[in-house]
Amino acid sequence: MKKNWPILVVDDEDVMCESMAAWLREDGYRVDTAPNGQRALELARAADYAICFVDLKMPGGMDGIETMMEIHRIRPEASIIIITAYATVDTAIQAMKEGAQEYIVKPCNPQEISMLVSRILKLKKLQSENAILRKKLTRQYRHHDVITKNPRMEEILSLTQEVASLRSTVLIRGESGTGKELIARAVHFSGSRAEKPFIVVSCAALTETLLESELFGYEKGAFTGANGQAKGKFELANGGTIFLDEIGDISPKLQADLLRVLQERRFYRVGGNQEVEVDVRVIAATNKNLAEEVQQSRFREDLYYRLNVIEIRLPPLRERREDIPLLAEHFVQRISTELGKDVNGLSEEALRILIAYDWPGNVRELENVIERAIVTCHNGTLEEQDFAWLTRGEQKSDAWEVPDVPLGELERRAIVAALERKHGNVKEASTALGIDRSTLYDKLKRYEISH
Amino acid sequence: MDWIENASAEWFPLPIRRLPALPIPPTAYDATRRQYQSVEIMKLLSEIAPKSASRILGVTDVDLAIPMLSFLFGQAQFDGPVAVVSLCRLHQEFYGLPEAEGLLRERTVKEVLHELGHTFGLVHCNDPSCAMSLATHIELVDAKAEQYCSRCGRHLVQRFSRKEGV
Repeated sequence: MKKNWPILVVDDEDVMCESMAAWLREDGYRVDTAPNGQRALELARAADYAICFVDLKMPGGMDGIETMMEIHRIRPEASIIIITAYATVDTAIQAMKEGAQEYIVKPCNPQEISMLVSRILKLKKLQSENAILRKKLTRQYRHHDVITKNPRMEEILSLTQEVASLRSTVLIRGESGTGKELIARAVHFSGSRAEKPFIVVSCAALTETLLESELFGYEKGAFTGANGQAKGKFELANGGTIFLDEIGDISPKLQADLLRVLQERRFYRVGGNQEVEVDVRVIAATNKNLAEEVQQSRFREDLYYRLNVIEIRLPPLRERREDIPLLAEHFVQRISTELGKDVNGLSEEALRILIAYDWPGNVRELENVIERAIVTCHNGTLEEQDFAWLTRGEQKSDAWEVPDVPLGELERRAIVAALERKHGNVKEASTALGIDRSTLYDKLKRYEISH
Repeated sequence: MDWIENASAEWFPLPIRRLPALPIPPTAYDATRRQYQSVEIMKLLSEIAPKSASRILGVTDVDLAIPMLSFLFGQAQFDGPVAVVSLCRLHQEFYGLPEAEGLLRERTVKEVLHELGHTFGLVHCNDPSCAMSLATHIELVDAKAEQYCSRCGRHLVQRFSRKEGV
């Protein structure tokens, strides 16, 4: 690994260059040496040095600072360590101002230099991993990776490109599993903010107070357990994009706070009295009909209009059935590779089942269904029987709707139903409910159920 | 010197010859630092090395350094013929402690194996108990064993079985 990080030593004294190079080679590095700035630049043009040790004083021609500045011009990523025989504060300050990463006085302790080199290389490794991951992410979320031949989806994709470079708020609507986050990422990674953070917040997953500190951060002592200051997601997303998923579920107080951030681009941390200013693009998503929520007074009208500057409506999968074969093939290829299974495609009958199915969970459900089929499949092709369970009424049980009542009421109804089924037999009803008889009696008393 | 020969013979299947002691070249002395430049000593070793020798190791009592570093326990040409080890900082006396011959012997063997390992193409090892781990102070020398770890040992065995560069 170390060979991937070549090092250059620049010093007019041959003995200094060679002894330093020899010492670093013992550590496994590839090391080149240059007796002057001119030679150093020739070498830097040819090789991507991770670290350059440059002597400050070199007689005739370029001195250390000039050499450093020129190397920086050619290799902005290279870390430069200025070496000097005398510790003078002025030159140290100048060297650091001109971009030196470190400044060391020779001779120095072997431990010092060994730690310095490994610290810089650790940082370089992280930087390069970060760059690779960013590139991967960008590739992953480029719009043409959204698989579709549906005209409505194609329109949406071209709209994401048009709005990518704007700062306007985007509201993405669509049923769950239609790819709202994917579209949000496509908007972020196609625009000028692509290099900056993309932060996802799932609003429905957190309680009001947790969400508040999650979004805006908090100051030390803001609440029990707030032992230090913490940045919120808005601050972390500064310069980039914040994706507020399931925005329809936030409380009236947070709606007001959010409105203020959208209007003024500034906010207070929880427990803080100093305003924090941010430059963040907001992309919100919901599977609710926000206009209706506004009519029912459950969602602030002013916030709705702030969020709904650009609206993207994602069609459910059942309205773009022509994409089902494309998506299914794509998932088969990807998942079979991931799982290391030798499954190459789908039979025509299998595809017919997939096309006919209604997909209440949309693309995510399709993905899960394909994964389940691949796991249990023993052939190279997914057949009709691999999806037979889809047509056997599972769809109905998946779509079981939980009535909008408190949990206690659900329990009460379950007990009443069990007693009815067992014709009032408490023992049988308790077995059916998976609780013991005395527990059932307690509950009958609590819910005032007569039997 | 016998322990150095014995330890080397254990790891390197090559005949070992002891040469008479040599005076340190005056050019090696750095009066300001009151130390000796290892580069000059290595230059001398390379000049006096018999043609038949594949490696030459110098052992000295003087304190070694290079311009960049304040001291060295030893130095070697990576995958090359010359190495030098200094006993100066391996003595307990150097640290103001009573001399301990057994400890000096152990430390010397570790450093000899370390520098000779470099001449046979071994780089620093991450295992702190391996003779090839980098020691930048005496405690790290003491943390090593007087042997190579299995990975570095395997590298040497493979190298000698191929007769490569020997």
